[in-house]
Amino acid sequence: MALADGYDAGHVSPSACPACAVAPSAERLAELSRPVSARLMLSLPTAHCAACMSTVENGLQAVPGVQSARVNLTLRRVSVDADPEVTAESLIPILAGLGYEAHELDPGLLSATETDKQGRELLMRLGVAGFAMMNVMLLSVAVWSGAGDATRDLFHWISAAIALPTVVFAGQPFFKSAWASLRVGRLGMDVPISLAIILASSISLFETFNSGHHAYFDAAVMLVFFLLAGRYLDHRTRAVARSAAEELAALEVPRAIRVVDGVEETVTISALAVGDTVRVRPGGRMPVDGEVISGMSEVDRSLLTGESLPAVAGPGTMVAAGEINLTGPLMVRVIAAGRDSSLHRMADLVAVAESTKTKYTSLAERAARAYSPLVHLLSFGAFGYWMWATGGDLRYAINISAAVLIITCPCALGLAVPAVVTAASGKLFRKGLLIKDGTALERLAEVDYVVFDKTGTLTLGTPTPTNLDMLPQDALAVAAGLAAGSSHPLAVALTRAVTGQPAPLTDLREVPGYGIEARLNGETVRLGRAEWVGAAPADETATYVLVAGETHAIKFADKLRPGAETAVAAMKAAGLRLMLLSGDASAPVADLATRLGITEFAAGKLPAEKVAQVRALQDQGHKVLMIGDGLNDTAALAQAYVSISPASALDAARTASDIVLLGQDMAPVADALRIAKQSTRRIRENFGLSAAYNVVAVPLALMGLATPLLAALAMSVSSITVSLNALRLR
Amino acid sequence: MEILTILIPVSLLLGGIGLLAFFWALKTKQFEDPQGDAARILKTDYDDHPKP
Repeated sequence: MALADGYDAGHVSPSACPACAVAPSAERLAELSRPVSARLMLSLPTAHCAACMSTVENGLQAVPGVQSARVNLTLRRVSVDADPEVTAESLIPILAGLGYEAHELDPGLLSATETDKQGRELLMRLGVAGFAMMNVMLLSVAVWSGAGDATRDLFHWISAAIALPTVVFAGQPFFKSAWASLRVGRLGMDVPISLAIILASSISLFETFNSGHHAYFDAAVMLVFFLLAGRYLDHRTRAVARSAAEELAALEVPRAIRVVDGVEETVTISALAVGDTVRVRPGGRMPVDGEVISGMSEVDRSLLTGESLPAVAGPGTMVAAGEINLTGPLMVRVIAAGRDSSLHRMADLVAVAESTKTKYTSLAERAARAYSPLVHLLSFGAFGYWMWATGGDLRYAINISAAVLIITCPCALGLAVPAVVTAASGKLFRKGLLIKDGTALERLAEVDYVVFDKTGTLTLGTPTPTNLDMLPQDALAVAAGLAAGSSHPLAVALTRAVTGQPAPLTDLREVPGYGIEARLNGETVRLGRAEWVGAAPADETATYVLVAGETHAIKFADKLRPGAETAVAAMKAAGLRLMLLSGDASAPVADLATRLGITEFAAGKLPAEKVAQVRALQDQGHKVLMIGDGLNDTAALAQAYVSISPASALDAARTASDIVLLGQDMAPVADALRIAKQSTRRIRENFGLSAAYNVVAVPLALMGLATPLLAALAMSVSSITVSLNALRLR
Repeated sequence: MEILTILIPVSLLLGGIGLLAFFWALKTKQFEDPQGDAARILKTDYDDHPKP
């Protein structure tokens, strides 16, 4: 799986292979079948303060069998040490009782981020470089302020003793990456960096031997320190995004209940074969494609097709993997599992969309590509010129070319992008947006067309009754009483919406696939599908109630996601073109579009048509932002220039998208667009700032006027300026 | 200037102690949850009596 491979490769983003996430891989399933250790891990998306930590920790420690519980607020999760008989399932209701939403996490999948070795290593090198920088600087200041002869030589020697081991130890990430890029014949940003560090250290050592006036030990160490700081920030942003993305992936556990000769057993999906019988409980997700052999129920297809209306399922109905079973238990004969299932076909669509997408070159990469050759050219040019001008004074020429390399070294450039990206993604994380890909912000800033999905994205996918005030009181009371007996989404919504006293009903029973029936004063009352109740079906989402021989339709509309109106209005104000692409019927789509003021919309779109539409827009030269949540959106999400999905979306959709909306509120999306524009501007400004320093300092270095003091000043002042500029982000 | 022979080793020693303390903090995973630690210090749980 892409996520699991990402740890080793280091620089591979979690979204590298959304197609893999659609179908769970063998590795992941193997991990699931391993016995789970007593160390439990739970995700706490809503924990945010000191009080939250105390409540959760004390609450869990009061549970018998729990030895210790510790909340990690940065990663929003709690790890629990407990006896083997304590399970995560038993802790979730306890946390819910304390007021915190919790999800079980797979500790096997998470272990890799828990021990963030790479991050600790970088931090250790950063600490060493910082220590060395301060000490060497102290000694250097003494030299700059006029220490002469023996004192200067002594100070240079002590500096060398501190700086050389530091450079060897702390500079390793740069040397390694420079060597790697040289081997494949490229000039990355790390080549001039490594060259500058090595050249500065060796020339200074040589000067110290010969009692020279100038040593660049402080510059070499400072270079390492500032660049490591940039590298660490970069790593940190990616690690947080990766762990959170992986946390989302760990939420769904791909298992199924197989029935063999009347005995139920829980197996992983990969163990299922064609012809097997699986049992799908109400509220469960179809693990495979199949045919219903017994049971009556309704299935929610919204995540697959975008339809907001549940469909009836009975013997003979074909169901597809990913659909949700609503009311009654179903026995399903497996027709296609694994490779052949509709889930897997969707994965193929995603893979195709991924491959046709052109790779985005980040601003930093583009800058590095122009910068590296220029730096080398300048340095060698200076060396050649001074060799000629001084008539072959090797020592002087090398000194100058080293000074040029040190001054031009992309210290500020290495900080310019990570500092801005860290500031921006931290800001967005607090607003509830998770940036999974480092270049997503830059891409988001260029967007001029936004394509929305409807069900589950602009709407919450939870219906609310719209015409309750038009119904007679007694019908309402009966409907409420009946609805209380069912877990069907419409019934649940009705129970929540009706405030009055429900009617006293007897003999309440649910007829799966049809509705609920009961008796009121010896008379049958029903709530359910039109044909069963005996009403004329309306063309919108509705349920029907039968009271005293009369039928009433209770109409439902999908509830708008909070903040959707604000977000759409802000996007329109920002001059973006909007489009609504839905798999749902045309009436609800048109209704929602007019409500939000979106003029371009299309209904009844199949997954392939969604991709085609996005591609068509891109062929016209538009940069498309796709916001969607269903499996039917996944390929379009992968195709789009940049994509956002809510946390309630399916695994595959979240993996395919660059940004995940963690909360329910959609308003932060508009903020994200604004912050993205701003941060791209800051990155460009930072490039400009560091270029400005070079314009002043490089000619001095070329003329041979650069001193270690000047190099140190230029380097630290430019680094601090770009960091401060990054913090200006609002 | 003989004082330098004492002061320089002393300053290096003190800096070295700081560096070792940093290594120790890193090894004992004190940088795993910066946000949580910032909040943890404000808890009033063990203000009156030490943690049992």
